[in-house]
Parts: sequence; C-alpha cells; structure tokens
Amino acid sequence: MSQSYNRGLIEDFGRWKEFKAGMWAWIFHKFTGWMLIGYLFTHIAVLSTSIGAASGDPAMIQAETDVYTTTLQGLEDLFIIRVLEVGLLAVAVFHILNGLRLLMVDLGIGLEAQDKSFYASLILTGVITVASVPTFLSGVGI
Amino acid sequence: MSTQQQEPETQEAPKDPDMKGAQSPQDRRLAEKESGAIDEESEKQAELEGETVHIKVFRYDPEVEGKQEPRFDDFHVPFEKGMTVLDAVMYARDEYDSSLTFRHSCRQAVCGSDAFFVNGKQRLGCKTQISDLEQPVRIEPLPHQEVVKDLVVDMSHFYDQMHAVEPYFQDEDTPDVNDLEEQRQSPENREKIKMSSRCIWCGACMSSCNIAAGDNKYLGPAAINKAYKFAMDDRESEEIKEHRLRILEQEHGVWRCQTQFSCTEVCPKDIPLTEHIQELKREAVKKNLKFW
Ligand code: HEM
Ligand code: SF4
Ligand code: FES
Repeated sequence: MSQSYNRGLIEDFGRWKEFKAGMWAWIFHKFTGWMLIGYLFTHIAVLSTSIGAASGDPAMIQAETDVYTTTLQGLEDLFIIRVLEVGLLAVAVFHILNGLRLLMVDLGIGLEAQDKSFYASLILTGVITVASVPTFLSGVGI
Repeated sequence: MSTQQQEPETQEAPKDPDMKGAQSPQDRRLAEKESGAIDEESEKQAELEGETVHIKVFRYDPEVEGKQEPRFDDFHVPFEKGMTVLDAVMYARDEYDSSLTFRHSCRQAVCGSDAFFVNGKQRLGCKTQISDLEQPVRIEPLPHQEVVKDLVVDMSHFYDQMHAVEPYFQDEDTPDVNDLEEQRQSPENREKIKMSSRCIWCGACMSSCNIAAGDNKYLGPAAINKAYKFAMDDRESEEIKEHRLRILEQEHGVWRCQTQFSCTEVCPKDIPLTEHIQELKREAVKKNLKFW
C-alpha cells in the first residue's frame, strides 16, 4: 500500500446530527459533571471570601452590614443569579438521574432500555426544572 | 440382547434469563411479520418501483491524478425490488464506472467485508435495503480507518486488535483423539456465548466507537466481544480465564468503554456488545476483590 487517506476526526463531532441516545447521554453527562465541578469551586470561592471578611456579629447582621449576609443577599437580588440557579438545578438533576442510569448500566440491568432511560432522565429533568421555576424566581425583579 | 432403543434424551428449553436466545432477532422479525409491519415495508418498496436511486459514493485513489483529492460521485441506479446498498454500488460499478472499488463477497451478511458508512451510520451494504434510506444515499468508507481506495479501508489495525485477545480455544487437558472423546459444552453455556459467537469481523463497531477513534490502543468492542466468547466458555480452565481477564483489564482494555452504546447500535449481527463489555468489567472486578 503506497498511500492512504486519513479523514481525521471529522466524523466525530461534526456529525452530531447522527448521534444516537447513548452518545447524547455520554456528552450531556460529561458536560453536566464538569459544570458541577465548576459550580463547586465558584461556590467555595464566593463563600470563603465573604466568610473571611465577615465578623459574624449578630448586631451587624441585624444592621445589615455583615459582609457574608450582604454578599448573599446581594447575589440573590440579581435576576441572572436566579436564572443560573434554575440552570444549576437542571444540570444537577440530569447528572443525578443519568448517573443512576449509568449505575444500572454498570450493573448490567436493563441495557436494552438504555435509550428509553436516557429519554426518561431528560423528561424528568425538564419537569423538575419547570416545577422549580416559581420557587427560584419568587421575589426578584428583572 | 435387547433391541429396544433407548429413549432419546430430551432437552428442556433454557429458562435462565441470561440466555439471550429467548427473544432472538428472528422471533422479533416473525412477530413484526404477523403484526403487519412487513406490509409497510413492501409498500415502501412498491413506491420506488420503476424509479432510479440516487447514490453519492466517496471516491479516492492515490494513484490516479484527479482522484487524489477525495470527492463524491453521483450515480443514478434503476431500482429493483429488494435492492440493497451493495446491489446499488455493484450496479454502478458494472454499468457506469468499472474503477469503483469496494470489498464484497457473500452478499448475505456472512463474510463481513462490506461494512460502509451509509447515510451517517455504519451498516453492511448487503444487509441494508435502499428503500429504508433517505435519498440521496451517501456511501462512504468506514470512518476512523485509513482509506486505501474508494470504499476500501485498511483493516489491519482492526485485525491486530482481534488477534491481541488470543481468539482461540485454550485448554491444557484436551481429550485424547484416540479415545474419540468429545469436549462437550453444556446447552446453557452455549446459549450464554451464542450471541458473542456471531461476529463476522466487519469492523462496523470499532469504526462507530468514539473512544477507539481517540485511543488507537483500545482493544475495541469486537475484540472484547471475541474475548468474552472464550472467557465465558466453561470448558476453559479458571487459570486461562484469569489470563484472559488480565489481558482485558489492562489500561487499554474494558475500562476504556464509556457505555456510549454506539457499537451495539451498529452491529449488523445484533450482538449486545456493551452488555458483554460491562459483564467483563464486573468479572474483572470480582477477580480482584478479596475479602480478608
Ligand atoms: C447523586 C449524585 C451523583 C451521581 C449519581 C453521579 C453519578 C456519576 C457517574 C455514574 C459518573 C460516571 C460516568 C461514566 O461512567 O462515564 C459520574 C461522572 C462525573 N461526575 Fe457525577 N454524580 C453525582 C454527583 C456529582 C457532583 C455533585 C459532581 C460535581 C461536583 C459530579 C461530577 C462528575 C464529574 C466531573 C464526572 C466525570 C465526567 C467525565 O468526564 O466523564 N457528579 N457521575
Ligand atoms: S461485533 Fe458486530 S459490528 Fe463488530 S465486527 Fe463483529 S459483527 Fe461487525
Ligand atoms: S458481502 Fe459478505 S457481509 Fe456483505
């Protein structure tokens, strides 16, 4: 064989329209897993910096000058934060439900229904996310 | 001496749910036939009667100037009832362009030589009905393998992986030929490995696997399935099974599988590849678990 042609990885993600359920589940699981890690570190950063500057003095909390309390209240007043919270819930719920699906797959249970269980996780995630909207968006203006 | 014949031994149908034979693809097709799904099929066929089929075929030939840059050629092939993708490219080759190159042999999904990438999915040319596909039908060589010419890809890496799992029966105490003894397998055990033994080495699964594409050393679904066939065979000794699991649990073995199910989706022989890989993962863990 003198020469051959390598088409590279064009088939991988350029062909996303041809992906099947199992592949989508894998991509979403990776994505949500790393989103959760990202959130975890942001969360720690926000809390630890505001705790460091906080006095914890009940009188200051009462007077609304405690840094920790004001930081969190300030964040919760932002509409974008409320939207991101809904997003975080969606990401976490999907990761958990699909994580349970993957645990079943690892145990060899119901592998014939792996596509259906993926669709079920998607639908359940959607339902839970929509149901959470009133709670997350209450008492905030745009 | 009594001439009375011994009652032939009858075998009970296996009840173990592990035995995949229970709902075989054939049963499924029979059920479909009864429920009338097949009528729909013949309707689709009738619709195409007398029409031509538009196929777009990947072309590449390093030795011909003008074909060194890959391109797609269009062919319009007269449709015939029951026409497969392989029939269509064969017609195009025989009638329009004799240089069109692809592998094929048995034309009945047995030899495994004509796996192509048809409309974005790895399929066997001879097992894929044209009437089931959207037109134009795009026919390409298998992804993630080097293209040698047109639809022909280099399969040597795939074969290397298949051989890496020692795909042959190994047993120390093979019965003596002179005793005319047989090495029997229990019907239950035969059922267990039945699906895994159907592989025709077409390479569709390996080509569909995103992990195999990124990790050239990954054994791949077909080789792991081949190993499953022997590892699950009761006639091999425990030591040999351990030896097989040691091959499978190495860095580029079963643990690379991320359960994307692409291989199971494309396998033309309906082998539950992901299921077999997962079972071997559990076997590998069980072998290493020690409670003391
Ligand atoms: C009940 C909660 C959770 C369940 C059931 C769960 C389940 C799983 C499972 C089964 C996997 C392995 C996926 C595979 O086999 O390919 C996984 C991967 C992962 N999880 Fe979770 N998980 C949970 C919560 C979390 C949380 C809270 C985080 C982050 C803080 C997280 C981050 C990740 C990451 C980064 C991966 C690796 C993704 C990858 O690159 O493949 N998970 N999870
Ligand atoms: S396991 Fe299926 S897809 Fe893979 S090589 Fe064998 S027959 Fe082809
Ligand atoms: S020609 Fe033999 S499998 Fe298709």
